[in-house]
Amino acid sequence: MREIERRTTVGRRVFMRGAATAVPAAALASAGMGITAEAAWAQAAKALQPGSMATLVRMSRDTYPHDHIPDVYYVRAVSTFDDKASSDADLKKLLEDGVARLDGDAKTHFKTSYLEVPAEADRISLLTAIAQTPFFSKIRSGLVVSLYNQPDIWKRFGYEGSSYEYGGYLNRGFNDIDWLPAV
Amino acid sequence: MANFDLNDDSLVVIVGSGAGGGTLGNELAQKGIKVVILEAGDRNEIQDFVNDEWESFAQLAWKDMRTTSGDWRVAHDFPNLPAWIVKSVGGTTTHWAGASLRFHEHEFKTRSVYGNIQGASLLDWPLTLADMEPWYDRAEKKMGVTGTNGIPRLPGNNNFRVMQAGAQKLGYKEVHTGNMAINSQPRDGRGSCQQIGFCFQGCKSGAKWSTLYTEIPKGEDTGNLEVRPNAMVVKIEHDASGKVTGVLYMDEKGATQRQKARVVAVAGNSLESPRLLLNSASSKFPDGLANSSGQVGRNYMRHTTASVYAVFEKPVHMYRGTTMAGIIRDESRNDPKRGFVGGYEMETISLGIPFLAAFLDPGAWGRSFTSALDDYSNMAGMWIIGEDMPQPGNRVTLDKTVKDKFGLPVASVHFDDHPNDVAMRQHGFQQGAAVYDAVGATRTIQTTPYPSTHNLGTNRMSEKPADGVVNRWGQTHDIRNLFVSDGSQFTTGAGCNPTLTIVALAIRQADYIAGQMGQKAI
Ligand SMILES: Cc1cc2nc3c(=O)[nH]c(=O)nc-3n(C[C@H](O)[C@H](O)[C@H](O)COP(=O)(O)OP(=O)(O)OC[C@H]3O[C@@H](n4cnc5c(N)ncnc54)[C@H](O)[C@@H]3O)c2cc1C
Ligand code: SF4
Repeated sequence: MREIERRTTVGRRVFMRGAATAVPAAALASAGMGITAEAAWAQAAKALQPGSMATLVRMSRDTYPHDHIPDVYYVRAVSTFDDKASSDADLKKLLEDGVARLDGDAKTHFKTSYLEVPAEADRISLLTAIAQTPFFSKIRSGLVVSLYNQPDIWKRFGYEGSSYEYGGYLNRGFNDIDWLPAV
Repeated sequence: MANFDLNDDSLVVIVGSGAGGGTLGNELAQKGIKVVILEAGDRNEIQDFVNDEWESFAQLAWKDMRTTSGDWRVAHDFPNLPAWIVKSVGGTTTHWAGASLRFHEHEFKTRSVYGNIQGASLLDWPLTLADMEPWYDRAEKKMGVTGTNGIPRLPGNNNFRVMQAGAQKLGYKEVHTGNMAINSQPRDGRGSCQQIGFCFQGCKSGAKWSTLYTEIPKGEDTGNLEVRPNAMVVKIEHDASGKVTGVLYMDEKGATQRQKARVVAVAGNSLESPRLLLNSASSKFPDGLANSSGQVGRNYMRHTTASVYAVFEKPVHMYRGTTMAGIIRDESRNDPKRGFVGGYEMETISLGIPFLAAFLDPGAWGRSFTSALDDYSNMAGMWIIGEDMPQPGNRVTLDKTVKDKFGLPVASVHFDDHPNDVAMRQHGFQQGAAVYDAVGATRTIQTTPYPSTHNLGTNRMSEKPADGVVNRWGQTHDIRNLFVSDGSQFTTGAGCNPTLTIVALAIRQADYIAGQMGQKAI
């Protein structure tokens, strides 16, 4: 059956065209070097503190972990919050306060900031504790769209997206499954 | 294309251009009757459709405010999106998947066959399957339903082939690619299915029947039908005798217009139709139009639904090809030994990554959730759709505080599952998982109901005026020249997709309205 090439190369042009956010392409290029407040994309945040931006990216990865998806997609997803926060003071406060609370909890339980808690399971325990808060539900419900609705992420999940311009799947494997028991 | 005067009081005015309204409009126009369809949404044509789930949703879906309550999970997960339906010319026939099934005989007389089910307001239809058969014939011919009229069935896609293999292992007998209002070969000026896989986003090949590019242009070609988009009807008006005289609507500029009418037919789908009747309350009809029974808005049904997704060792690519062309019909019988009355169908379904992320398990997060998405290409999916019990308390009311941009109370939808619904869903989950387990699923996932795509019953049909809102012709018991022409007429919901029946009823109603107009009875 026709399989899908999942290694989409994410070039600069894709960012220019596909990015729904204002994070400069050059800043995004630093994604993959680690999730830190010093990363160019964190420094480029419009409304949020660089540290908060980095914490939210870490939190996004922990909320919807896909180990085959590079950081850059999480950065872009979080940038949609940063964009909105630049014209929405209430949202900005919700996010900054939420990050502060998360860091406070992390210090209480693990003596360091959320970003620095090394074990995923420990970070998840911190998220579980705030799962019912408006902050967490804002992030989660926003992310479920802003993360998964990036067209250039779809192939990495084996989803091919828009198909009519290729004539549908009539001649591209709509019925090419080849491993079923004979019926 | 016709262009009628606002003061023309010889017109039939239809509210909504979907399955019911679009069909009724064309049928009347073909008979030489002058019709205006007022449609709240825009006119988006085939070339405007996009193969992108959220973008298409933004383009076509009804996004105006609604509120929800009740014990169903939708009220918690999507408090302002109780239903997934369309606001655009063509109505929800732009989004629909095309599954077109007739009711079983017993599904027209559930009160007699199922007996007195506690908590349920079951009622026999004032119609039988025999009454409906000629109209089903005409609807199937009109819509080009596969497996009828000598039209071959669609070829099965990967998702279907997985379901079929599992079904056969389990010994299910009636398994095929369905009765679909989708061209398997060119017909009626439209091409055949290209297996594009975005049936829910508007069919870009036009292979799938939609009133947008079948009924509506055919009606317009007669010169007897005018469709006015961006025309949101806010009130139906009547005279001192109680006869309706026309409607008030908001045009695209937000200005109020009064369109006079000889007959008004309401086809805004089962949330907006009762809302409009309730919002049309007057000193003569303080509880809303056609509501002497108090039944307007009650007995809301949405089918007992659920989905089962399964992950396999090897790829499936379920999204390739026709979304819902695949069915197992064996569980659609009434067999109370299973622990519930009524039956259900199992139909293939597929969502893309954006929608699956949102609907697979709303609110879920963490690795248990994301690992399912990681296996997307190895996933198969089916939808379970069964008969739910009408209950008087499941109802559409006017929200007491929330208003739309025109200042009108929005529809508030209350829904509690009936124990019969819960038992049926559980059975469906179990059988659906068994189908996939039979062909080696490594994981099965039970997915909670989506926001309602099937919305029924809120202006139900009844023999006696005290039991419902409309008679066997969809004519309101209270007002002779006021009709209901959409799924809100359904007395009970049956265990199958509703649109074929909506269309058959609309064709039948057109004959009746024409006859009554001819006799000057209305
Ligand atoms: C994703 C999806 C898949 C589906 N698949 C199937 C399937 O395979 N088989 C099946 O049988 N059914 C299916 N359905 C359901 C089917 O689409 C509906 O049952 C059918 O379209 C309902 O017809 P209707 O005439 O009641 O309303 P609609 O088709 O929803 O039309 C109502 C129209 O009225 C307009 N309107 C509402 N209020 C007003 C107002 N006040 N003024 C002016 N206009 C107004 C709306 O904007 C809308 O365009 C599906 C639905 C969805 C969402
Ligand atoms: S799969 Fe067929 S019916 Fe569905 S959108 Fe594509 S062409 Fe239309």
